[in-house]
Amino acid sequence: MGQFLAVVIDGLIYSSWLFIIAVGLTLIYGVMKILNIAHGSLYALGAFTSVTFTSAWFAHGYPVMGSYAMLALAAVVVGLVAGPVIERGLLRFLYGKDEVVLVLVTYALFLILEDLIKLVWGVDPLFVQGPKGETPYALLGNFTIGGLTYPTYNLLLVGVAVITAIVLTWVLARTRAGKLLVAVIHDRETAAAMGVDVGKTYFVTFTLGAMLAAVGGALTAPTVSVVTGMGAEVIVIAFAVVVIGGLGSLPGAALGALIVGLVRAASIHYRPELELFAVYFVMAVVLIVRPKGLFSAAEVRKI
Amino acid sequence: MDRKTPALKLCAALFTAAALCSPLAGMAQDKPIRIGLVTFLSGPAAGPFGVPAKIAAEAIVESLNAGKVPAPYATKGFGGIPIELAIIDEAGGATKQVAEFRNLVERQNVDFVIGYIGSGDCLAIAPVAEELKKLTVLFDCGTPRIFEDASYKYVFRTRSHATMDAVAGALYLLDGKSDMKNYAGINQNYAYGQDSWTDFTAVMTALRPKVEVTTSQMPKFGAGQYGPEISALLQTRSDVIHSSLWGGDLEAFMLQSMPRNLFADSQLILVAGEPYLHRLPGNIPDGTIIGARGPNGAYAQKSALKDWLIQVYKQKAEIEPNYPAYSVAMAFLGLKAAFEKAKAKSGGDTEAVIKALEFSTFDSPSGKVMMKLGKGHQAVTGTAYGATKTVNGQITLTNIKYYPIEQVQPPEGVKSLDWIKDGMKPGKW
Repeated sequence: MGQFLAVVIDGLIYSSWLFIIAVGLTLIYGVMKILNIAHGSLYALGAFTSVTFTSAWFAHGYPVMGSYAMLALAAVVVGLVAGPVIERGLLRFLYGKDEVVLVLVTYALFLILEDLIKLVWGVDPLFVQGPKGETPYALLGNFTIGGLTYPTYNLLLVGVAVITAIVLTWVLARTRAGKLLVAVIHDRETAAAMGVDVGKTYFVTFTLGAMLAAVGGALTAPTVSVVTGMGAEVIVIAFAVVVIGGLGSLPGAALGALIVGLVRAASIHYRPELELFAVYFVMAVVLIVRPKGLFSAAEVRKI
Repeated sequence: MDRKTPALKLCAALFTAAALCSPLAGMAQDKPIRIGLVTFLSGPAAGPFGVPAKIAAEAIVESLNAGKVPAPYATKGFGGIPIELAIIDEAGGATKQVAEFRNLVERQNVDFVIGYIGSGDCLAIAPVAEELKKLTVLFDCGTPRIFEDASYKYVFRTRSHATMDAVAGALYLLDGKSDMKNYAGINQNYAYGQDSWTDFTAVMTALRPKVEVTTSQMPKFGAGQYGPEISALLQTRSDVIHSSLWGGDLEAFMLQSMPRNLFADSQLILVAGEPYLHRLPGNIPDGTIIGARGPNGAYAQKSALKDWLIQVYKQKAEIEPNYPAYSVAMAFLGLKAAFEKAKAKSGGDTEAVIKALEFSTFDSPSGKVMMKLGKGHQAVTGTAYGATKTVNGQITLTNIKYYPIEQVQPPEGVKSLDWIKDGMKPGKW
C-alpha cells in the first residue's frame, strides 16, 4: 500500500512537471503546425534567466521569499522577448512551407540558441541559491505522506499544472479569442477568409507557447543545476508526452503527461531496470493502437 | 584589362605574403611540438571535468615552455623544444571524435595526442590511434576494458583505471560501517554508471557476502528529475547509498534529495564526488564518502609538484584544481619524461618515445606513477578516500585513508572483475 501511494504521488508530481513543459509544445503545434524543437531552448532560457534574476535579487539582500516572484518574472520576460523575436523575426517568413522544413528550421534555431546560452552564461553549472544556500525548492518546507517526505515546492508544481490546464481549457472553450483560435486550428484558410487575423493568432500563440516553456524552465531551475544542454534532454521526453496524447491536443498533453509520469514512477518503484524502456514501450503501444495519439482530432482531408 | 586587376592584386598579395613568410619558414628547425588536446568544452561534462582539464593543460604548457616546473621537469618544453596545443572539443559522441582525431593527425599534423574523458570515446579512439600510428595518451577515462580486452602499441593511459574506485570505496566504507546490512545504488544508465555499480556490487559480494542490495536505480543519463527515485530509495531505508552520478545529474540529485532527508539514516558514498565539493556546500551531508579517482586533489600528498600545479592553476582560475586537472598533469609530465629520455638516446622519434614510456615510472602532482599494466601502457597508482566535513561553509575532506597499489589493483594479466570475484588477492608489484 505504502509503495502504491508513493507511486501515485511521485507520478502526479512528475506528471505535473511534464505537463508544464509539454503544453506549450502541443499548443504551438495545434495552432501553427510547427513541431518546435527550439521549445527545449526556450525552457533552458527560462532556467538561465531565473538564475540571473534570482541572483540579482539575493545580491541586493531582499527577502528570500521574493525569489518566487523572480522566477515568475523570468518566465514572463523570456516569453515576451524570445517569443515575438522568433515569431516575427523568423517563423512568419516560413508559414505555408512544408512541416518538415519548419522542423529543420526550429532545430537550427535550437542549435543557435544553445550556443547563445553558452556565450551569455558560460558552461559552468549555475544554481538558484541564496547567500546562505537557501533554495526556493526547500524554502516552503516539507510535508509527509505515507512515511515519505516531500518538499512543499512539489505542490506548487502540481498547482501550476492544474491552473494552466484549467485556464487554457476555459480560454479555448469559453472566450471569443479562444473560439477564433479553435477556428484557426480547424481550418486556417477558411478562418482567414472569414476575417480572422491569422497572423495575430500565430503571434499570440507562439508568445504564449514560449512563455509556457520558460515557466517550465523557471520552475525547474531551483531543483537542478542549470547547465548547458538541459534543453536537449527535455525536448525528447516532452515530445513523447505530446505524441502519446496526440499532437496539438490539450487534454492529450494532460493525459500523456499523466501516463508517462505514472508509468515511470511505477517502474522505478517496482522494476527500476525497466525505467528507460517503460516510457517508450507505452508510447509504442499507444502509437500501434492509435497512430496519431490518444486525442488526435480527425483531420479534414484537403484536396 | 579591368577584369584582370583583381587577379593581379591577388598575385601581388601572395608575393608579399610569401616574402613575409620566408623568414618564418627559415625557422622551421625549431618547430614546436604540437600536441592535440581533446577535452569537453561543451555539454554536461565541460564544467566539472573538461574545462578544468583545459585550464590545467594551458597552465602546464605555459609553465613548461617557461622552464618553471620543479625538478625533474625543469627543462624548457619537451627537451628544450617549446610545446603548442591544438585544442578540440570532446562533445558530440564517439563517431564525431574519431573524425576529429583523424583531422588532428592528418590535417593539423600534431605530434602527439593527449585526451579523452569519456570512456566511450577512449574505446573508440584507441584502435584508430593504432591504425594511424599516432602516440595517444588517454588522460582521464576510467574503463579497465581498454587494456584488459586489447593491447595497443601507440596508446597509453597515464592514470589508473576505475577498478580501484570501487575496491577502495568498499574498503573505506566497511572500515567505518562494519555493521552494515544492506545498500542501495543510484547510477546513470550508461557504460560508466553500469560498470561502477557492477564493480561495487562484486567487491561487496566478495568482502561481505551477507550484505544485501535493496534497490539499484538506473536513471537515464541527464534525467534531471529524481523525485520517484528518491522516494524508492527512502522506502528501502538502506544503510548505505552508493552513487557514481556526476555533473548536473549529481547536482540535481543532491539538491532534490537533501530537503527530503534521504541521508538522515543512510551513509552516502560518491565515487566521483570530488569535483563538486566547492559547488555544493550545504548540499552534501557531512560524513559523505568521497572519491577522487586516485590520490588527486585534496588527497594528493604534499610535494613540490603538487604546490606547482596548484599555483599555476590558480593563476588562471579562482579555485583549486580538481582531479581532472591532476589527470592531465600526469599525461603531460609522463610524456615529457619519456620524450626527453628518447631524445637523449635517439632524437625523439615516436618509436623511441613509445619504448621510453613503456614500463616507465615518473613523478606527478599525485605522487609516483608506474606504467605497469597493459604491457607497460596502463598506469597504476594507489588511491585514497575521505569523508566530508563542512568547515566555515566550505566542504573539506577529513579522515583520509590511503590504499597501496596491491590492495586495489589487479596484477598484470588478470581482468578486474575476475580478480574481484576471486577475492582480490594482492599481486606483486
